[in-house]
Amino acid sequence: MALARRSSTLLKPLSAASSSSSFLHRRPFSTDDTTTITVETSVPFTGHNCEPPSRSIDTTPKELMSFFTDMALMRRMEIAADSLYKSKLIRGFCHLYDGQEAVCIGMEAAITKKDCIITAYRDHCIFLGRGGKLLESFAELMGRQGGCSRGKGGSMHFYKKEACFFGGHGIVGAQVPLGCGLAFAQKYRKEDHVTFAMYGDGAANQGQLFEALNMAALWDLPAILVCENNHYGMGTAEWRAAKSPAYYKRGDYVPGLKVDGMDAFAVKQACKFAKEHALKNGPIILEMDTYRYHGHSMSDPGSTYRTRDEISGVRQERDPIERLRKLILAHDLATEKELKDIEKLARKEVDEAISQAKESPMPDESELFTNVYRKGYGVESFGADRKELRATLP
Amino acid sequence: MSSIFQAVGAATSLSSSASFDTKKFQFSSSRSLLGKRASCVVVRCSGAKMDGGLNQIGGRADHLVTNAVATKADTPAASTASKPGHELLLFEALREGLEEEMERDARVCVMGEDVGHYGGSYKVTKGLAPKYGDLRVLDTPIAENSFTGMGIGAAMMGLRPIIEGMNMGFLLLAFNQISNNCGMLHYTSGGQFKIPVVIRGPGGVGRQLGAEHSQRLESYFQSIPGIQMVACSTPYNAKGLMKAAIRSDNPVILFEHVLLYNLKERIPDEEYVLNLEEAEMVRPGEHVTILTYSRMRYHVMQAAKTLVNKGYDPEVIDIRSLKPFDLHTIGNSIKKTHRVLIVEECMRTGGIGASLTAAITENFHDYLDAPIICLSSQDVPTPYAGTLEEWTVVQPPQIVAAVEQLCR
Repeated sequence: MALARRSSTLLKPLSAASSSSSFLHRRPFSTDDTTTITVETSVPFTGHNCEPPSRSIDTTPKELMSFFTDMALMRRMEIAADSLYKSKLIRGFCHLYDGQEAVCIGMEAAITKKDCIITAYRDHCIFLGRGGKLLESFAELMGRQGGCSRGKGGSMHFYKKEACFFGGHGIVGAQVPLGCGLAFAQKYRKEDHVTFAMYGDGAANQGQLFEALNMAALWDLPAILVCENNHYGMGTAEWRAAKSPAYYKRGDYVPGLKVDGMDAFAVKQACKFAKEHALKNGPIILEMDTYRYHGHSMSDPGSTYRTRDEISGVRQERDPIERLRKLILAHDLATEKELKDIEKLARKEVDEAISQAKESPMPDESELFTNVYRKGYGVESFGADRKELRATLP
Repeated sequence: MSSIFQAVGAATSLSSSASFDTKKFQFSSSRSLLGKRASCVVVRCSGAKMDGGLNQIGGRADHLVTNAVATKADTPAASTASKPGHELLLFEALREGLEEEMERDARVCVMGEDVGHYGGSYKVTKGLAPKYGDLRVLDTPIAENSFTGMGIGAAMMGLRPIIEGMNMGFLLLAFNQISNNCGMLHYTSGGQFKIPVVIRGPGGVGRQLGAEHSQRLESYFQSIPGIQMVACSTPYNAKGLMKAAIRSDNPVILFEHVLLYNLKERIPDEEYVLNLEEAEMVRPGEHVTILTYSRMRYHVMQAAKTLVNKGYDPEVIDIRSLKPFDLHTIGNSIKKTHRVLIVEECMRTGGIGASLTAAITENFHDYLDAPIICLSSQDVPTPYAGTLEEWTVVQPPQIVAAVEQLCR
């Protein structure tokens, strides 16, 4: 298990012709958990006030394949959301995550479902990573009852309480103090879990971030602040908004780590490192150097403040899925065709989920007034006639 | 009683003082409730000068004895039959309620500036940090936006924090957290998360504290969907509302008043929790409904003494619940008296009184014999000069004049 394997003479592909519909049962080593493959990150980590972890990461074929599968699904979901938005089935704001999938995939691999994640409005893929279903996601985007927030939240308000996914927030930066609150509760309850509070390079200039960081450091809260630096705060490039774009250094007394956010394994290593650190020493900042292919949201073409060459350049050189594809092919875990089949299957799943979501009904009129309040303990809401307030729409 | 009422109702113009003079003595002798004053609990504001004298706006009276709780026995949720109780000041009552809830539920915690080692800037949390530890009574840095956010995040995880703003005005910095995250998260998550926080702090016009420290935030928060707002005014309801707010699964903003912290009252020994959405009947009456809350309750009761001497019978209701309004109690009162006067400390524009006027007009318009009069603070920043400051808030003579105008 400790030996690094580069050659895969033992991992000869079986006949690819026999294909079942489920990913995991196609090839014997898709579920291979025992073989260790050592991967090296593309760039070494840069640490601030801390010793960066090693560049070599151990993984298994199963993990590699699952990374690829999940990322393909996420990528497919975001592209589908793009076309749904253009056909006016999704309205309002829709912030797409394609290009940044490696961050949430790598993070999930390093933590458990008891560790909390809270993020801003680019939350579709993180919701999926936390165990959310495609159907819930699309239904919520289209404002249907079957959505994860019953259609009342929208794109920016995905939550999954059982999986400790706390959303889903529209106001830039406001989720970071909430994240520190989650960490506070974890410390209060003496849990062995951490909170990942994610934000972007635009939010990194918010004052409440530093306030929250100060408090987290003061009380040694197990909070990990993750800056998903996609280099553009909506339309403003980071060098135009921040005097010091080295976001991982901004914690000053709080250690920081700069990570290549397009490399799922680097992210995984960094999150593992951060979790260990946070449980012992309090907060740490992770800066994920990542990129988004779409504009800030669907109303932003994404090309007025950056060149198309830049976008395609990143897509060619740093795309997280391509990187995995190369790794998988290099280790001969699957053939080109099989990987394409995985992507096709992802497309099929997404299409199915969309058609199912389209059938989900719009919320009932009475839903307008549900969940505004919660029935209190021994305290009930009354209307003018002392009965429970029921409203009827005209 | 009924004969007087008929006289009042029948006479279209009540300005004729002659008819009232004859009734004046009848009034005071038949007013059994006035007689109760002596035997009931007396609320004394030690050291705090409540307001100007009855006849002069600018003057300062010393040590007023207000009988704001003269009608304690009529309060629905009261349990004052227990004459033995214990006397304490309002901030001690808040502390008692807080401590009982912290004892009862380990998830209840307090966070705010100077709440721990300092004991609270108004001593509401005095003695709690040594007893419950630094994590449960958390001294935060001066960062309202983020510690309010932190409290809300902790509430999402299942804790029940009480967030103290040293002065309500400082919570304006946390408005985003209170509005978006506190109020709306239950809704936008489709019911997944509940935010059982209590946000409390003193507000209101104090003793020449200046414009920024004399703010009334009730009007700013009132449109936030998903929160409840209550204002306490006596030690009895302070403790009861504090406990109810902590036990409620909804976010509750508890408005205290800087000048009311030293009110003394005898409260029951046994445990009691008040209803968050209920108004308090301070003084039943027949002629006019006066709706008020927080410190203005005492101005109203002062004015009530004058009014009674002049022959009026005001019904005074402390609405307590600022969101939602207890339209049941208010409605019943309006159906009886047909005249409404709202006395509040909020600003005239967009204040609680404005919303209450709209709510009453919508629901009880047919029962009103006169337009609603709403007395509020002037739409000015609170000046520092003492005389000017007195003129920004409603004073008892204005209340008396308004009732006279209403009942004309």
